[in-house]
Amino acid sequence: MALDRWIALILLGICLMYGYTAWFTMDAGLAPFMKRNPIWPSTFPKALSVLAIIALLIILSGIEKSEPKEAEIDYRRLHEYKLGQAILLLVLMVAYALLLRPAGFIFSTTSFLFLGSLILGERKWILMAAVAIIATMIVWYLVQEVLGIYMRPLLGFLTSN
Amino acid sequence: MLEGLLIGLQTAMSFQNLAMVIAGCLIGTFIGMLPGLGPMSIIAIMIPIAISMGDPSAALILLAGVYYGAIFGGSTSSILLNAPGVAGTVASSFDGYPMAQQGKAGKALTIAAVCSFAGGTIGAILLMIFAPMLSSVALLFHSAEYFALMVVGLSAIAAFAGTGQVAKAMIMTVLGLIMATVGEGALFNLPRFTGGIMDLQSGFGFITLAMAMFALPEALFLVLKPKKAGSAEGEIKDLRITKSEARAIIPVIGRQSIQGFFIGVLPGAGATIASFLGYAVERNLATKEEQAEFGKGSIKGLAAPETANNAACTGSFVPLLTLGIPGSGTTAILLGALIALNVSPGPRLMVDEPQIFWAVIMSMFIGNLVLLILNLPLIPYIAKVLSIPRTFLIPFILFFTLMGAYIGQNNATELLILVGFGVCATALKFADYPLAPLLIGFILGGMMENNFSRSMQLYDGISFIWERPMTLGLLIIAALLIVLPSYRARRAKLRAAGVSDGD
Repeated sequence: MALDRWIALILLGICLMYGYTAWFTMDAGLAPFMKRNPIWPSTFPKALSVLAIIALLIILSGIEKSEPKEAEIDYRRLHEYKLGQAILLLVLMVAYALLLRPAGFIFSTTSFLFLGSLILGERKWILMAAVAIIATMIVWYLVQEVLGIYMRPLLGFLTSN
Repeated sequence: MLEGLLIGLQTAMSFQNLAMVIAGCLIGTFIGMLPGLGPMSIIAIMIPIAISMGDPSAALILLAGVYYGAIFGGSTSSILLNAPGVAGTVASSFDGYPMAQQGKAGKALTIAAVCSFAGGTIGAILLMIFAPMLSSVALLFHSAEYFALMVVGLSAIAAFAGTGQVAKAMIMTVLGLIMATVGEGALFNLPRFTGGIMDLQSGFGFITLAMAMFALPEALFLVLKPKKAGSAEGEIKDLRITKSEARAIIPVIGRQSIQGFFIGVLPGAGATIASFLGYAVERNLATKEEQAEFGKGSIKGLAAPETANNAACTGSFVPLLTLGIPGSGTTAILLGALIALNVSPGPRLMVDEPQIFWAVIMSMFIGNLVLLILNLPLIPYIAKVLSIPRTFLIPFILFFTLMGAYIGQNNATELLILVGFGVCATALKFADYPLAPLLIGFILGGMMENNFSRSMQLYDGISFIWERPMTLGLLIIAALLIVLPSYRARRAKLRAAGVSDGD
């Protein structure tokens, strides 16, 4: 079975769960006066779940044959591409998300930009550090001073809030 | 009208006001390039400055400049990086980004600038002529028709996004709609499908989803498969539009500025629907060879949404200035600014304070013109973004996607959602599922459900579908749009296999 049908199978599971919630469990918490309404919070999701399941069954049954075309990246030979770099970058993004609040904007952003270049194979250390620091400062100045959106700049314990 | 024009021109042409337009356009363009900050947020940020100026005409002129600048800036990031920061520019990335990949980034930006200019200017002319009449037409559209109009938009996109695989495009659209139901609906303040997670209470963020669907998979593809050095990537050539290209896009501009304007007049429809419908309509009108180009860097496919969204932005001023009803988020903020400046828009505005009404219209012309003059020389420098070495460019793209998602919500969980959906979107892209319908479904989903619920309540049931002829007509069009392409594909296949049509 090709990847697109595996994905359709997974999506079918999600949509069945969604549909089950919409059809059977959601309305339990509805206030009595709202039950007189012609439309319930679950009306639209009910219709959507039916539509989604029909479309997924069409894909799974393979009624609609699509011609196999040359993909930009062949997922069957994924390991031949630079998979390691991609995964490391994703891990880096997750780390950034988790560290942004506790470690402060300036520290986490500078290290994100620096490590990002490092993962991609850049080795001009001074240039990397300079770019990371300058870019962080510019963005921080723009967001904090010009736009007035608060971001904790430094480590959590160094600032009062 | 001529008298009014002159009043407006006189107000707008003062030195101070010209400086305002230029400053507004520059600020708008540069901030608009950052994904996550659309015209709405930039105008909201500029309001304190505008109000403190005290002069309503000058303030409006500044805000109009910021508005147009922000729209153009938003197209820049969706063309160069495939990272649309505003819903209205999502359609621009369909063809703008492939053009940039082919080394035609400069040309794509020029087309975007010219089309924005044309759309905005023609929109402003239409606004002058039709504003008084259109205000009554806008009121004829009820929630039932809005619902039907959105169904038409969605099915048009689903039908065109996946030629030959309508089911896939349809499931992606429905998935987008499903994702829009997560969180609290507007009509019933009940959290739905949040799984008890507080951060999902207000639903998924639009920027988060846009970045996860477009920018992140694209960046990951760049990491996985580095382009060979010396290819067209990063090279900037073909800045100018040739004569034949100009001839190809002029009818598109003409059609789309009118269509976009009238869609923009309808409150709530706005630039997003106008750009998607414009793309779909132009694709349908194009000849067979041109149709194959769409999605792979067609100049028509870029010109259509760019023209339509600017014309629609102008159109959205009609209900604001004539009825006092803001048709979009941006005009709602402008309404707030106007009221703070002691101007109350409504039917009396044109009578009581004509100089403000006409100054706004004139500032639209001037804003558009200044934007074109400022940006055309800047385009080669903006396009240079692509020639930054990938070891630096990719971390920055990733950083801006993260930042865009974070600034909007100020919520670090949003970043985790972004990465999660980004991975899912990459898998979907591997399996050849079209991603655009999902995002469009998500954008229109909330509006669609609200209008559907409202008409259900007004008619106490589903009867509005057959009791309102316009709704029924629109829904039939939507059904045809879904059925026809697959029917046509099937017939073509049968014919190829030697089965006769029958009559």
